[in-house]
Amino acid sequence: MGKSYLSIENVGVTFGGRLAGSEVLRGIDLQVNQGEFVSIIGHSGCGKSTLLNVVAGLLPVTVGAVILDKEAVEAPGPERAVVFQNHSLLPWLSVYENVRLAVDQVFRGKKSRAERHQWTLHNLDLVQMVHAKDKRPAEISGGMKQRVGIARALAMEPKVLLLDEPFGALDALTRATLQDSVMEIHAKLGNTVLMITHDVDEAVLLSDRIVMMTNGPAATIGQVQGVELPRPRRRLEVDTHPTYIGARHAVVEFLHNRRLRAAA
Amino acid sequence: MAMPAANQDTAAPVSLVPTGDVVALRPRARAAERARVAARQVAATVLPPLVGIGLLLALWELFAANHPAGLPAPSMIWMESREIILHPFFDRGGVDKGLFWHVFTSLKRVAIGFSAAALVGIALGVLVGASKVAHRALDPIFQVLRTVPPLAWLPISLAALHQANPSALFVIFITAIWPIIINTAVGVRNVPQDYRNVGRVLRLSPIAFFFKILLPAATPYIFTGLRIGVGMSWLAIVASEMLLGGVGIGFFIWDQYNSSRISDIVVALLWVGLVGYALDRLVALLGRIVSRGASAG
Repeated sequence: MGKSYLSIENVGVTFGGRLAGSEVLRGIDLQVNQGEFVSIIGHSGCGKSTLLNVVAGLLPVTVGAVILDKEAVEAPGPERAVVFQNHSLLPWLSVYENVRLAVDQVFRGKKSRAERHQWTLHNLDLVQMVHAKDKRPAEISGGMKQRVGIARALAMEPKVLLLDEPFGALDALTRATLQDSVMEIHAKLGNTVLMITHDVDEAVLLSDRIVMMTNGPAATIGQVQGVELPRPRRRLEVDTHPTYIGARHAVVEFLHNRRLRAAA
Repeated sequence: MAMPAANQDTAAPVSLVPTGDVVALRPRARAAERARVAARQVAATVLPPLVGIGLLLALWELFAANHPAGLPAPSMIWMESREIILHPFFDRGGVDKGLFWHVFTSLKRVAIGFSAAALVGIALGVLVGASKVAHRALDPIFQVLRTVPPLAWLPISLAALHQANPSALFVIFITAIWPIIINTAVGVRNVPQDYRNVGRVLRLSPIAFFFKILLPAATPYIFTGLRIGVGMSWLAIVASEMLLGGVGIGFFIWDQYNSSRISDIVVALLWVGLVGYALDRLVALLGRIVSRGASAG
């Protein structure tokens, strides 16, 4: 315990007071190694987003602790950058300014003005959004907004990248393109990633491990499925691979059984 | 419906001329068609209001002609008040000035009183919106005071300030400030949690958070308050000048009433209406420029 890079230890979250409140999460234990891509999947309302917010520091734990690189998480910070579900770009700033705000905030005093400019462009280039750098969020598509959200998070050079259903609101084609981009970036930078999703294929394609959550209240980790597919993974090649099919089946079966139990 | 017809009009002559000229003629034909479409659009936007105004004037003329002792008819107003309609810029000293100067004096008062109201109102609004304690302490006071009619403030401000001009400014200030405070506070309270989370993840200092997230996010609300405020302050200045005297469009109206020049009052009312409309548009335009699509997401 506590040896891995990101360690979630016996985390429980109860809203509205420990005694009378509603218990959302109970006894969550999860170890994530450096450079690992871990997905968290579960039915809506099972507390996936709550868990991510706890790791981000946006929500306090009721019991337990989150430890990242030997330091306890107590407040939000740029070393745990979040890509929010609804992009959360500031609409009054251009694409460039949205990323630059994060760069200025994180690297003020560490990089010169010119370096910060270069770093902003570099991160926009990683998500192929340099061409729209002067546009405002309202002028670009949902997929592009999410790309900028990813660029903003990457620009903080986070120790762990937290993705909160980043592609949930996108159409299937855009989602596939963005998944490929995320895989490329992960291969290039080797980030540690924790991703919330409700899409089984997305989880299997992107992850090293898939964490399946039981239904709330008092949700916890039900099962963990490793995906031992070699990288780089190509969408068209892996989806017939026995490992892919096996992992996919395990996740679908888990979710299906949970759904039956919830309905009963 | 009209478009295909226009196409036929331009296409028919073109098809008759030899092919060599067609290339030269086409752009001109297309330009003519475009001009016709543009003219139709202008007509569609300009004609209805003109017809509306024309109808109103005609009805007014008709009713006024039957009641010679009442409100003067438009033709009567034109005859009696041609002087002040055509010469808004004359200045014979004292209060004997053209309408432009009266309006200008009133506008200067509004500018001072409204600017003060905007500054204090936005500051108080941010305070009340951001702090629960400040909200609990001040909101009841605001809720009671904002219902006090503008003119009810005049005797109090006269008693406190002893002079006409500062009192008029105070009445504008106190009239315009409530919608600004209340809308700013709502805007600050409604900053989306997502933007707050961005600020928290970036660890923005309270001051950076205020300028980079809170203020821009609240800007559309602030300008709603400013827009309501500027309209109310224009109402207040006209009313308070009636009681205070001196130069100003409000006193001009009162003065003309005392000398039974109803035609002049109608002309002055037109000025008041047009200036009020212009003020509203101006603040709306400013808001659109400053908020730069902050409400869109």
